[in-house]
Amino acid sequence: MSADFVTPSPAAFHGRVTQTRVLHSEWLKLSTIRSTYITAALTLVVTIGLAIVTCWGQSDHYAWMAPDLKARWDPAGWSQIGFTFSQLSIGVLGVLTVTGEYTSGMIRATLGAVPERWPVLEAKAAVFGAAALVLSMIGCLAAFYAGQTMFAGKHIGTTLSAPGVAREIFGTAFYVTLVGLFGIALGALVRSTPGGISCLLGIITILPLVARGLPENWYNALAPYLPSNAGTDITRLYHTPHTLYPWPGFGLFALYVAGTFAVATVLLKRRDA
Amino acid sequence: MLEASALTKRYGDKTAVDHLTFSVRPGIVTGFLGPNGAGKSTTMRMLIGLDLPTEGRATVRGRSYADHPAPLHEVGAMLQARAVHPGRSARDHLRTLAATHGIPSRRVDEVIDLVGLRSVATRRAGGFSLGMAQRLGVAAALLGDPATLILDEPVNGLDPEGVLWIRTLLKRLAAEGRTVFVSSHLMSEMALTAEHLVIIGRGRLLADCSVADFTRSAAKNTVRARTPDAELLRTRLAGPDVTITGDDTGDLIVSGRTAEQIGRIAAGLGIVLYQLTDQVASLEEAFMEQTKDATEYQAVA
Ligand SMILES: Nc1ncnc2c1ncn2[C@@H]1O[C@H](COP(=O)(O)OP(=O)(O)OP(=O)(O)O)[C@@H](O)[C@H]1O
Ligand SMILES: [Mg+2]
Repeated sequence: MSADFVTPSPAAFHGRVTQTRVLHSEWLKLSTIRSTYITAALTLVVTIGLAIVTCWGQSDHYAWMAPDLKARWDPAGWSQIGFTFSQLSIGVLGVLTVTGEYTSGMIRATLGAVPERWPVLEAKAAVFGAAALVLSMIGCLAAFYAGQTMFAGKHIGTTLSAPGVAREIFGTAFYVTLVGLFGIALGALVRSTPGGISCLLGIITILPLVARGLPENWYNALAPYLPSNAGTDITRLYHTPHTLYPWPGFGLFALYVAGTFAVATVLLKRRDA
Repeated sequence: MLEASALTKRYGDKTAVDHLTFSVRPGIVTGFLGPNGAGKSTTMRMLIGLDLPTEGRATVRGRSYADHPAPLHEVGAMLQARAVHPGRSARDHLRTLAATHGIPSRRVDEVIDLVGLRSVATRRAGGFSLGMAQRLGVAAALLGDPATLILDEPVNGLDPEGVLWIRTLLKRLAAEGRTVFVSSHLMSEMALTAEHLVIIGRGRLLADCSVADFTRSAAKNTVRARTPDAELLRTRLAGPDVTITGDDTGDLIVSGRTAEQIGRIAAGLGIVLYQLTDQVASLEEAFMEQTKDATEYQAVA
């Protein structure tokens, strides 16, 4: 080994840290890990698979359905049932995107390279959010078309241009993406994988179930504002009592996520790494 | 150039680093020594802005680490060997860090070659041995061609070849004019690598001196004399500043007189000397002597 190895090759670099560069770094992190691809593939397969199975089953039930149920028939909604899975897979991947760095100790190298710190969290959210959005869009659209082929024989399907349907499909993709971002924010807040996943699952899936134990008028007053209840209003065609309207519900969920992010960002800056 | 002034870190009511003031100069290797729990790692974390000081200030070339627009070009740090996502390859790990400063892939390959990881650069880092992980940590530290290096126990867990490699590398980095700050538990290791020492115990500064000064001042210099006429020599050597002890070999261990003085006195008396040697306490002994009151965790005898 010769001494000139330590010193870089001529005219190498004089870079400073920029937000674009941190984005690039975060993109490399996301794209150089196998679990990203496994989660993406699994999410697509399950989302589309559930759409096919559920829509096939519902097309069979349709003939015996009570008229009031037929009046609220939501063929696009049935095709999006896979979000119940993808919200968990994308959400957990979001948590791991942050807590994986704490578990491995990589966070020290990351924050050492970007001592301002908050650009890291911002870049993680941007990169992960963009990837999750693209993936969810593909998943939701594919699930929609796969689901509608199950209804086609009985002419009970719908199209993307029918009223409310595009909002349901893209809204589902937006919701899943937001859950992924929620995972990132919770991961940054809690800084441990089991803790982050527990928080996410607790808030998204357990909280609405626990709330059912409340007296009915309490439940009716509270339930619409629970994060995942509010967030999923956008995934259904018809409005039901004691729920928010699609966009206000979605907006509220986005506020919860943004609030968690804000707290996580402040703490990231303040806490010892 | 690294500077700590009245640097203090408290965790609850535990003071890990207690008003440390020292500076680390470029061009030489500075060893950072102290027993377990002395506060070495904590000090290093504060130097690169990972932990916020409770009081005091740490600066790199006059500025807080976080105020440098391109910190990787200022300081390369290795605080723990395994700081890599186990699923990512060594090369991809370095690329993610390089990307934050727009450091080109060419430089990534250069540091991989420098630490000798080329053949495993695309393997998952989770499968690396401790020595390989340590080398990857060094590669990450060198990535930005930094003016300063901060390495926390870089020789821990390395085999003799690895230790020699690190030692040579550190000296070379210092010879290139960089500031090199290396922590260790082992005085003997630092004696071979470092020129200057910063020694702490329980978070407090115990010594800030050159290795040569440390050896000279801390070592208990004595002279061993072996002679068949031990009793006669003993009485003639005696004096106000002289202490003489024996050991089970019958040799005299003299402090307060140099070997020359003892030789002259013996010659004047016609005493035969079989052996007359300077006894320098080992550096490790001197170090333990220095830190014995400041040891955090001590076995109960
Ligand atoms: N995050 C923390 N929370 C609470 N106490 C801490 C924390 N980090 C360090 N300490 C305490 O501060 C003291 C100094 O620890 P530090 O790791 O800096 O010592 P060290 O000199 O690096 O020791 P070693 O040689 O064992 O690596 C220890 O008593 C340790 O328990
Ligand atoms: Mg330590």
